[in-house]
Amino acid sequence: MTTSLLSVQGLVTQLRNGVRIVDDISFSIEAGETFALLGESGCGKSMTALSLLRLLPDGVANAQGRVILDGVELSGLREREMREVRGGTAAMIFQEPSLSLNPVLTVGQQITEVLALHQGMRGEVAKQRCVELLAQVGIPDPVRRVTEYPFQLSGGMKQRVMIAMALAGKPKLLIADEPTTALDVTIQAQVLQLLRDTQAATGMSLMLITHDLGVVAEMAHRVGVMYAGQIVEQSSRAQLFSQPLHPYTQKLLAALPDAARRGQSLSAIPGSVPPLGSITQGCRFAPRCDRAWSLCREQTPQWIMVAEEQGVRCHLYQDQGANRENRGGVIKVGAQQHQDNAKPDSILAHRSSILEVSDLKVHFPIRKGVLQRVVGQVKAVDGVSMQISQGRTLALVGESGCGKTTLGKALLQLITPTAGSVQLAGQELIGLNVRELRTRRAAMQMVFQDPYASLNPKMRVAEILEEGMTALNVGSDSAVRQAHIDTLLDKTGLARTAKWRYPHEFSGGQRQRIAIARALAVSPQLLICDEPTSALDVSVQAQILNLLKSLQQELNLSYLFITHNLAVVEYLAHEVCVMYLGRIVERGTAEEVLRTPRHPYTQALLSAVPRIEGAAGARISLEGDLPSPANPPQGCYFAPRCPRAGAACFAAYPAGSRQSETHHVHCHLY
Amino acid sequence: MSFIPVILWSDALVFLLLAAGLASVWHIRRHEHLLLPWRRVARNATAMVSLLLLSLFLLVGLLDTLHYRMALPEKHDGMTVYSPEVLSVFDQLVAPLRMHNEKTYSAPLAVTLYAKESVSDAQGRVLRDYPRLKYGGAHLTDVSQRDGDVLSRALTGAAAGLLAGMVLVFGSRSWMARRNWPVRPLSSTILVTAVLLGICINLASAYHLLGTDKVGQDVLYLSLKSIRTGLIIGTVTTLVTLPLALLLGIAAGYLRGWVDDVIQYIYTVLSSIPSVLLIAAAVLMMQITIETHPHWFDTAASRADLRLVFLCLILGMTSWTGLCRLLRGETLKLRELEYIQAAQAFGVSSFRILTRHIVPNVMHIVLISLVMDFSGLVLAEAVLSYVGVGVDPSMISFGTMINAARLEMAREPMVWWALASAFAFMLVLVLAANLFADAVRDAFDPRLNRTEAAA
Repeated sequence: MTTSLLSVQGLVTQLRNGVRIVDDISFSIEAGETFALLGESGCGKSMTALSLLRLLPDGVANAQGRVILDGVELSGLREREMREVRGGTAAMIFQEPSLSLNPVLTVGQQITEVLALHQGMRGEVAKQRCVELLAQVGIPDPVRRVTEYPFQLSGGMKQRVMIAMALAGKPKLLIADEPTTALDVTIQAQVLQLLRDTQAATGMSLMLITHDLGVVAEMAHRVGVMYAGQIVEQSSRAQLFSQPLHPYTQKLLAALPDAARRGQSLSAIPGSVPPLGSITQGCRFAPRCDRAWSLCREQTPQWIMVAEEQGVRCHLYQDQGANRENRGGVIKVGAQQHQDNAKPDSILAHRSSILEVSDLKVHFPIRKGVLQRVVGQVKAVDGVSMQISQGRTLALVGESGCGKTTLGKALLQLITPTAGSVQLAGQELIGLNVRELRTRRAAMQMVFQDPYASLNPKMRVAEILEEGMTALNVGSDSAVRQAHIDTLLDKTGLARTAKWRYPHEFSGGQRQRIAIARALAVSPQLLICDEPTSALDVSVQAQILNLLKSLQQELNLSYLFITHNLAVVEYLAHEVCVMYLGRIVERGTAEEVLRTPRHPYTQALLSAVPRIEGAAGARISLEGDLPSPANPPQGCYFAPRCPRAGAACFAAYPAGSRQSETHHVHCHLY
Repeated sequence: MSFIPVILWSDALVFLLLAAGLASVWHIRRHEHLLLPWRRVARNATAMVSLLLLSLFLLVGLLDTLHYRMALPEKHDGMTVYSPEVLSVFDQLVAPLRMHNEKTYSAPLAVTLYAKESVSDAQGRVLRDYPRLKYGGAHLTDVSQRDGDVLSRALTGAAAGLLAGMVLVFGSRSWMARRNWPVRPLSSTILVTAVLLGICINLASAYHLLGTDKVGQDVLYLSLKSIRTGLIIGTVTTLVTLPLALLLGIAAGYLRGWVDDVIQYIYTVLSSIPSVLLIAAAVLMMQITIETHPHWFDTAASRADLRLVFLCLILGMTSWTGLCRLLRGETLKLRELEYIQAAQAFGVSSFRILTRHIVPNVMHIVLISLVMDFSGLVLAEAVLSYVGVGVDPSMISFGTMINAARLEMAREPMVWWALASAFAFMLVLVLAANLFADAVRDAFDPRLNRTEAAA
């Protein structure tokens, strides 16, 4: 243990009322190693990191434990000495880059501040070093960027600046708290690559806090799995993914959607993470664990070292030998299920199409001056055509800012499209007046991204569900509606007593169920799901995906699934459209697009997804960010970022070409 | 009949408000989920104590709103003739305070005037001395007896108050406990208030408890009469402000486009004109109209009252802009939220979205800013009275009291009691209103009440 750069022993962080947020955590990080702290939201991951640097918010305090960083016991340091450590020996980067930078100071000023504090650099030397750092984190034209303000940078750039700031103090340990959660996959891949490169170059240790198993698989050497304030399992990456010990880890892995689990339901973990301090006796995972027995509820499990590098906090491993065959049980079951799901959904053709969109355009005028003259157009959606068949799922994939959500809202006529046609079950929607449109609304509904913003906090669940029915005259009287609400709640897996409660009394997953029930209240044929699981934890995401899938089978619903999460696409979608800067660059069946992607953008997008299986082949990394839709590049919109762009790509936008009956792509290569 | 009831304009508005209040109480009592937040209010000690104090103020205000005119003893051509003086039930209750006017200033609990005057004694010699008051401490034969008398009266008053308070507390204790009200804080407040009231009543019957003003009127009476004026200015003005601000604010924020442009234009223009100037202009115009049409009014009181109502209207017309701006901003934020879009996707009409989704979610802002405005309005009345465009000079209000104090504070020795009592009464009123509104807002915020509501 003496060689470890960071050694944490029995760390306890608690609220003033004695509730333990971080409960008896021990781990160590060797020099040059990446240690990942994995867990769902509310598990105390960030609090652990803040406890290490003693940056805890008011009312939260370290109660016990030792933190030894680079041979120095941190809990014994005075605040003045601690300031030397922060940013010096150990630096930290945060989740939301746009909130971590001061908007009124230039990038250069913020980095030189760190340099002045920890390296004693000032004036011209500091400026020089600043440029070097920006160049090191891969920011193009660093001399100019030094004088720019954070708002002039994109999200990925800001996170790079944050990393540069962290590196300015030459830290031995970098704590990264969900560094890529707020970023797109392609940008995430860039940032993760940068972290790896920096680590290789400087030999610093990295403590990575994340909820994303893919990121862990790609980055970590060793992993600690956190649940409800405790580390429940600790092992090397290889062991964790091949032989997860704790039932929670096993379930977490099994809950991940991907192509292999198509057609079967995901093994979701019932319920959600318990509020901190609610379970004082027994194993904290016991209420959600299907292998829990009476001992789990009575006695808190001790830390057990199962193998040399692998420890677990679970009663199943108390008597190691006897229970060995239990290990990995869930994973095996998953594999078996995969077997009997061999038949793919090949009956693709000849379904009646429910939605047909042709050449849909949504342009927002840019107005300037006193007279508000139109000086340009933001082409958020620029000539999109697609069709969705009855009972099928079409996934719309793309980075943020590519116009996915605008397209969804334009289909619902929440935003008036500029041109094009939207036909719902054969009837044109564009050009209808408000009254005519209202009669058509019942057929098409939307499930929104953020379950916290999509339910009115002042209305009770019954009122929320009834609203659409009243507006669209579903159900003849109140009694009929109430009965309908009851069946909806049953269908979406909520208790009937939920009717008279307010939304804030529910967890994120339950709220999303309410949102789905609300959309279903008017018996739509098409549901537009706008990133319905991106705000949810992995285990809850699985519950919602299962629900959507079973509803589709039961009610023959069609889905337009707007997402950036390709794993969800693989699991759920029948057809896929890939969108880039307001246009669809590739479309086809899920099989075609995801297995044999043609467009370089699709290829890059797929290779950017962190995979657990590892060794996904050569990574295609994209340079730069999504261009502004107000000022798209000449020729093919993707050309400036495309690794395979030729002269033709910069000259004209490519026409569509057919790869197969269903597979279309817009690229000069084909 | 020996009297005729008189309903002034402001009385009518107060009755209207009262009826609306009672109707909503009746409606809330019939709906369990509407009653729930009020139950939370009822469990909150601060809320209930401030409600108790507020209701005392309201009681005085309401009694002061029941106006009538007495019949004069002599008849004219066989018809009953009524006195031109409009009295209220409250005036009748505190008749001694109203009638016992001294010559000029006297300090609280004094038995002599505040300034020396030339008096001639029995021998006909002219002396400079503090003359005895006509009513204050008139039962004393000698000035030196005052302290003992005050003390004994205070003690008997306190004892009587304590007794009454005890009876009240023990009578209502189980009743309060059954309704889950905070019994201890309420009981102690009742006891303290009863003792204070006992002392005040017992002393005020023989002395001028808070002194007298320049023309010898009892300051306690003035302060109590001011309560009604303050309440009317606070509530009736709100009645004007609220619909304007709420309707225009959320319409501008939700509908955007030209509606937003027009509304913004109006309130920007309105708030860029100095409001005192605007009010002064409007009040002066109104004053001229009233004075050129004396036949509209059969009594001086009804004239003063109409002026008060118009003042409220004018204050309301000029003070809605701040709240409107706030609400527009909040609505701009809310309209982008997904639950509004979900409602739009259902084809819910704009009007229903505004009333069902936007209004309930901006009510906390409305409630807070209205209570904040309440104190501001009472003060605005004082400022306007100072400029000479406030309430009618014959009307008793905190504003006129403060305005008069301007001269009293500048004089030597200083007359402090009029200002001090106006200040104390306003403080208690505004503080109680603020605390109560705060508790109500908390009780209605579902985010603050999750654990209990889930149970």
